[in-house]
Amino acid sequence: MEPREQKHTRLTENTDFEVRSLDTICINESELKHPWWYKLKYLLIGLLFGIILVKSEVISWFRIQEMFRLQSFHMFGVIGSAIAVGMLSVWIIKKYKIKTIYGERMEFVSRKFNKGNMYGGLIFGFGWALTGACPGPLFAQIGTGATATIVTLLSAIGGTWVYGLTRKYLPH
Amino acid sequence: MIEWLSQPWPWYIAGPLIGLMVPALLLFGNKAFGVSSSLRHICAACIPAKIPFFQYDWKKEAWSLFFVTGILLGGLAVALFFQNPEAVSVNPKLVNELQQYGINNYTGVVPADLFNWSTLFTLRGFIIIIVGGFLVGFGTRYAGGCTSGHAIMGLSTLQWPSLIATICFMAGGFFVSNLILPFILNLG
Repeated sequence: MEPREQKHTRLTENTDFEVRSLDTICINESELKHPWWYKLKYLLIGLLFGIILVKSEVISWFRIQEMFRLQSFHMFGVIGSAIAVGMLSVWIIKKYKIKTIYGERMEFVSRKFNKGNMYGGLIFGFGWALTGACPGPLFAQIGTGATATIVTLLSAIGGTWVYGLTRKYLPH
Repeated sequence: MIEWLSQPWPWYIAGPLIGLMVPALLLFGNKAFGVSSSLRHICAACIPAKIPFFQYDWKKEAWSLFFVTGILLGGLAVALFFQNPEAVSVNPKLVNELQQYGINNYTGVVPADLFNWSTLFTLRGFIIIIVGGFLVGFGTRYAGGCTSGHAIMGLSTLQWPSLIATICFMAGGFFVSNLILPFILNLG
């Protein structure tokens, strides 16, 4: 496959970087066409991520309570070193202009601040302390057999839906 | 190897491995690490209800659904093949505190005394599971990301809005865990 450089047109007032919803051009998103089973590699990466989450006990409700009571360094160590390695990786990628395995240029978008970062952040913090899980761990917890967490996940999907419904009335 | 795999992993092994998710997803397909947007794609796929926020081609974001399915299978794999042999060992102060609320079972990833199908219909179970879950879904989307998308991916790419979001996650968590949760756990 020929390596190619992708230029994306960017909207001037797009604060929604997550999907191609606004003009069907997504930022930092491959536009190559592949058969569906190419996506199985994400399943594999997710599988590894899930194993790490469980083995390091970061999906434990108890570990989260410990973290918020400053009773253990464990969670801070995990999150802190993950950020450090992530930062270093991104720095290396940018410095050496590393491309994806399909030869595409990696693009990083700057996020624009909106008030949701604060209000939503606090609301998520409340939920994190109650459920002892952020979205990633919710999936991992269900996998380990904590079946009641299925309800937590469904409720989180409900919360996302209500956000979508009420979005235009919320301060951003 | 099997024995090592069966032990809980220390932070200095797990943290860097989680950090490597960032370059892995970038290398394999130019994807930004993040989990909570999968919840939005589920809404867009199943219950879009003509809400503009869910009007997009979710199939183009389907990688995210593969990713979270993998996370679930990862949890299953550990439970089946290399479960941590002992219950999570936490600070004795926390053990003492939780004892007052009748939480004594540390074997699962969530306290079995709180998260089960019968407690769901008690007030404290309802608040923790249903209200808690709702706040996670609503808050992450309002904030534009969760621990993976903001704290790890956002900070890795030096986004200052992500720093603000991360500080707010922590502030909200400290507040509820220390000041509100004790009341809820007392509800029985």
